[in-house]
Amino acid sequence: MINNSYFINILRFTLLVLVQVLVFNRLNFFGFINPMVYILFLFWYPIKENRAAFIVISFLLGFCIDLFSDTLALHAAATVTVAYIRPTIMRFVFGVNYEFQSFKLSNSTRAQQITFLALLIITHHLIFFMLESFSLSNMLLILKKIVFTGLATLILCLLFGSLFSAKKD
Amino acid sequence: MQQIINFIIRFKTSLLYILLLFISLGFTINSHSYHRSKYFNSTNWISGSIYNTADGISTYFDLDEENIRLLEENRKLRNIIFNQGQTDSVEIDTAKASYTILSAQIIKNSYTNPNNYITINKGKKEGVKQDMGVITANGILGIIEHTSNGYSSVQSILNTKSNINAKIKNTNYFGSLIWDGVRYDEVKLVDIPRLVPLLVGDTIVTGAMSSIFPENIPIGTIKSFDLNVSKSFYSIDVELFNDMSNLKNVYIIYNKNRPEILELEAEIANDQ
Repeated sequence: MINNSYFINILRFTLLVLVQVLVFNRLNFFGFINPMVYILFLFWYPIKENRAAFIVISFLLGFCIDLFSDTLALHAAATVTVAYIRPTIMRFVFGVNYEFQSFKLSNSTRAQQITFLALLIITHHLIFFMLESFSLSNMLLILKKIVFTGLATLILCLLFGSLFSAKKD
Repeated sequence: MQQIINFIIRFKTSLLYILLLFISLGFTINSHSYHRSKYFNSTNWISGSIYNTADGISTYFDLDEENIRLLEENRKLRNIIFNQGQTDSVEIDTAKASYTILSAQIIKNSYTNPNNYITINKGKKEGVKQDMGVITANGILGIIEHTSNGYSSVQSILNTKSNINAKIKNTNYFGSLIWDGVRYDEVKLVDIPRLVPLLVGDTIVTGAMSSIFPENIPIGTIKSFDLNVSKSFYSIDVELFNDMSNLKNVYIIYNKNRPEILELEAEIANDQ
């Protein structure tokens, strides 16, 4: 069972990196929207796992995307932050419920799942685009990117989520 | 001591997070200096070969279009050759030429970030070095930033760190070509003095000040212009000739005189 979960996570990691760099980084929808579907990894990652390991894996995930897209460590910084505050977001969305052994993501309501995903995406995009432009002079442009890319990411993540929704832990 | 260890154990996740965050911020801030970290870019072996494979598949879909473009370029070049009164079969003496040109193909393009880098499929093996110029048939594209054995990354003109010497065609008024990160079909030309007569539609080409690009490589046309804050220089919006979102074949230019020029400039800098 443990091996199985490792295997699934490694597979997810690889596939999400490949899909992100080969498909979604080239999408350029409306000239600037590149959805970041790899955030799904943080959404799907088991809740009960070791937090330190989770943070390190998220860093590696971000860093892999960075290697491919020549962004140095922007994705890594954003992803590692999201991984760090994920428990806080979960407590906010699911209440104290999520600390029980029996809690599963698939048991929660649809609205809760969407809120959870949306908060992950907003945090990630906020950090990513702020760091990317590295100044506040283009605030309007940054906001535009955060809002539209965030929406596109959310929609695509929900589609992917329902496509591969079989027994997620 | 015991307390320090307890502290570390208690906050190990936070400490780990802060460590990783600082590592990534360190990389990011370093990247804002002129040359980025040498190893962490898409020219490395893994990402290079993955992009190359993916490109090998997708390249078939626009072969027709690319053929037409190359044919059109050949037509232009032949036009120049025939009108110079020389025939095609004349061997060009490469020893005398001051520029050598390599051809390459783009395997990864990007134009939506504030700092865009393009990856091409030629590297050290073929003699590509840092600071060579890269152009397409239509105009300027960027400067080689990093090379690995088989791949190179190009700092695109659509990069907020890019700064290229450019001038107005048929004059010697030069300025700097920069990008503000807003539109991918527009760059800005700054530092042209206000006494220069300008017209919308004038052509902008590369200047002679740079030892990277030959003079008179087309860049774009003036779309609109305005005086800057101090009212003494123009800030010009330049519409690019290249469609930066649809590129395939590129040429890498190496100026053989560049080491000599750099040496001379270094001497002057030393004297001062």
